[in-house]
Amino acid sequence: MRFGFKGAPLLGLSLILVWSQTAVAQSEQDSCSTCHRVLPDERLSAPAEQFSDDIHATKGFICIACHGGDATIVGPAAMDPAKGYIGAPQRQQVPALCGRCHSNAQFMRRFNPALRVDQVVEFETSVHGQRLLSDGDPNVATCTDCHTAHSIKPVSDPRSSVHPLRVPATCGGCHADAERMARYDIPTDQLDLYQTSIHWETISEGGDLSAPTCNDCHGNHGAAPPGLSWVGNVCAQCHSMMAELFSESRHSRVFALLGNPGCATCHRNHDIHPASDEMLGLGEGAVCANCHSADDQGGQTAGALRMAIDSLRTTTEEAHSILLRAENSGMEVSQALFALNGAQDALVKARATIHSFDVEQVNAEVGAGLEIVTEVRSRGEQALSDLRLRRVWLAVSVVIIVALIVGLVMKIREMEHGGGRI
Amino acid sequence: MLARPNWLGDREWLGDVWKWLDARLGLSYVQQIAKKKDVPVHRHTIWYYLGGMTLFLFMLQVATGVLLLFYYRPSAEEAYESIQFLMAEVEFGWLVRSIHAWAANLMILTVFIHLFSVLLLKAYRSPREITWLSGVALLGLSITFGFTGYLLPWNELAYFATRVGTEIIGVVPFVGSFFLSVLRGGTDVSGATLTRFYAIHVALLPAAAAIFLGLHLFLVQKHGMSIPDSAEGGDGKGRAMPFFPNFLLRDLIGWLSVFAIIAALAAFFPAELGVKADPFQPAPVGIKPEWYFMFMFQSLKYLPPHILFMEGEVVGVFAFGLAGVLLLLVPFLDRRSIRGERERLFIWLGIAAIAFIIVLTILGYTANPTQ
Repeated sequence: MRFGFKGAPLLGLSLILVWSQTAVAQSEQDSCSTCHRVLPDERLSAPAEQFSDDIHATKGFICIACHGGDATIVGPAAMDPAKGYIGAPQRQQVPALCGRCHSNAQFMRRFNPALRVDQVVEFETSVHGQRLLSDGDPNVATCTDCHTAHSIKPVSDPRSSVHPLRVPATCGGCHADAERMARYDIPTDQLDLYQTSIHWETISEGGDLSAPTCNDCHGNHGAAPPGLSWVGNVCAQCHSMMAELFSESRHSRVFALLGNPGCATCHRNHDIHPASDEMLGLGEGAVCANCHSADDQGGQTAGALRMAIDSLRTTTEEAHSILLRAENSGMEVSQALFALNGAQDALVKARATIHSFDVEQVNAEVGAGLEIVTEVRSRGEQALSDLRLRRVWLAVSVVIIVALIVGLVMKIREMEHGGGRI
Repeated sequence: MLARPNWLGDREWLGDVWKWLDARLGLSYVQQIAKKKDVPVHRHTIWYYLGGMTLFLFMLQVATGVLLLFYYRPSAEEAYESIQFLMAEVEFGWLVRSIHAWAANLMILTVFIHLFSVLLLKAYRSPREITWLSGVALLGLSITFGFTGYLLPWNELAYFATRVGTEIIGVVPFVGSFFLSVLRGGTDVSGATLTRFYAIHVALLPAAAAIFLGLHLFLVQKHGMSIPDSAEGGDGKGRAMPFFPNFLLRDLIGWLSVFAIIAALAAFFPAELGVKADPFQPAPVGIKPEWYFMFMFQSLKYLPPHILFMEGEVVGVFAFGLAGVLLLLVPFLDRRSIRGERERLFIWLGIAAIAFIIVLTILGYTANPTQ
């Protein structure tokens, strides 16, 4: 760290002031923090301030754990290279520096036995690691770029730079920077696209932190999650049923031959929107139409699949509408409404089965749903019919009651007029 | 006086059956009483029909209540489902429950109107003090019937309304928490509360109602109808009509009309069931008590947090308790009426009470729930 001539007297004055103030009150163990906190230069004081609620500080570590030196000495003598002081580590040094503890299973189990200890090894296999450590490119990310240097928090802490809600912004800090990415010739719209996706909506609006963010598909420290040969296969971690059906389908083999990404071919990668029935078939917005036409067998299959899904969806909606009409008229149809959930479940399963691209399999699910819908619909229609009947009977009852009232009035008149008044 | 038709005069018209029953039941004695029973005719005669109408609605409640018992299962696990089954699957189950619910509301309305008509016409004057006391007790029983019956379907609204309603008992100093836990059968509204309310609704209250109703009807029979001072013939020498059949036939017209209204309400607005109660869910927004509790509920909302050294809510509960006691003691407090003098104060107090109930009830349904 270099200071200009003009700053030297000021720094000297500050140091004298600090030493005199802290000579009694300072902690014998952490002179670094004690002095740096009150230094007027923010570059020197901010790290000490930030470190106070860093996860490492809460576990009892102090500055010398990373920077070396002797914290029991007050003053510049504490920062003696002979005492292991390394100052601010070089970017290439950072992984090894963090790895001194984080790659040591025996050491880490004292603090967090659940934390993995292969982060550095994984990092070395990643594009970031290879460029940084092998190619000497200082622009790629090292540990402190994602985790910060002095305010590292657990992933579960919403203030953490690697909390699921903040990961996109952390990655986007570099990857959405067109100037920074220009030399690598990679797109910089991933953050914007991702923030239109159903996954981000689920995390940010739905509060479901299990929905995927950047690292869930691209890996935390390595290039991809363990055991996955390709980032596209990550979808199967959550969407297992669809992935299994797809892997057994003809499309799986054809896509592999063509070099198409599996799921992303139809669903895209960063801007994954909620799947809709419109994606199926050959109409507007249908992804099948990207490769198929009405003349080929694939196009005809797509049309048949769409027709099957549409039939279950529309009949379910109709039955639901009938039940709501009955319910709004005061009829008790809650059991029928509950039973209709079975048809909704069948529709969900049929939509998942689309990934087999097998009309028979889809029709089996649709058939099960249609059976429920038919039964439920008849209960709704019965309720509406009962409602009409109730009103007819009400009218009949009221006519009878009115007739009785008229009869009583006539009887009273006859009785009282006949008897006269006293 | 209107000429008395000979409906009850010829015991031969039923021949041997009448004779057989008369020998065993003393029907001739009843017949003699019925023959003598007259109802005064004046410009306030219409209010005499309210008592009979309330009695008709009560009988309707008993009949439909017994039918509901065939299907209702009083436990937190089964209550809602049993009503659901009754409404959806049982032939005319919806009708029985809807009549029970609507007749209950109308009965409480007619009880209120009956009570205030008696108050304003000063029908509580000597020797009818005990008739008044039994009538006020029947009003209390009717409201308790409504409060306990409301929880029985075990739906969301009923559950949370009962929680709020029973909490009010808990604010009474010293004994409130004890009575609260006795009523709830625990610290919160639960399945234990449901079974308690069920027992109260179908056993204790009907037994008490039978006693008070019997006493009330006996006293009405004994003392006859009270004639207000302001009415024509207040000296007891005015016009009158025979109870059998003239007044009873008019009563029947009223009962049939009310029955037609209830049938229409049941057909067009069947009793709702809503969502099953879930004690772990938060209370739904804008939860309100039944309409006949609304004026008290709304009044408590307007009270400041503290009045002198007491909590505002406690003061409110005490005030309503005191108002209930004063209402009960009206025949003994209205001393000028006891002496046969004209007294307008209690009439104006009655009118003020009616205005208070109506205004606060309207505010309860229209005012911003956060205020």
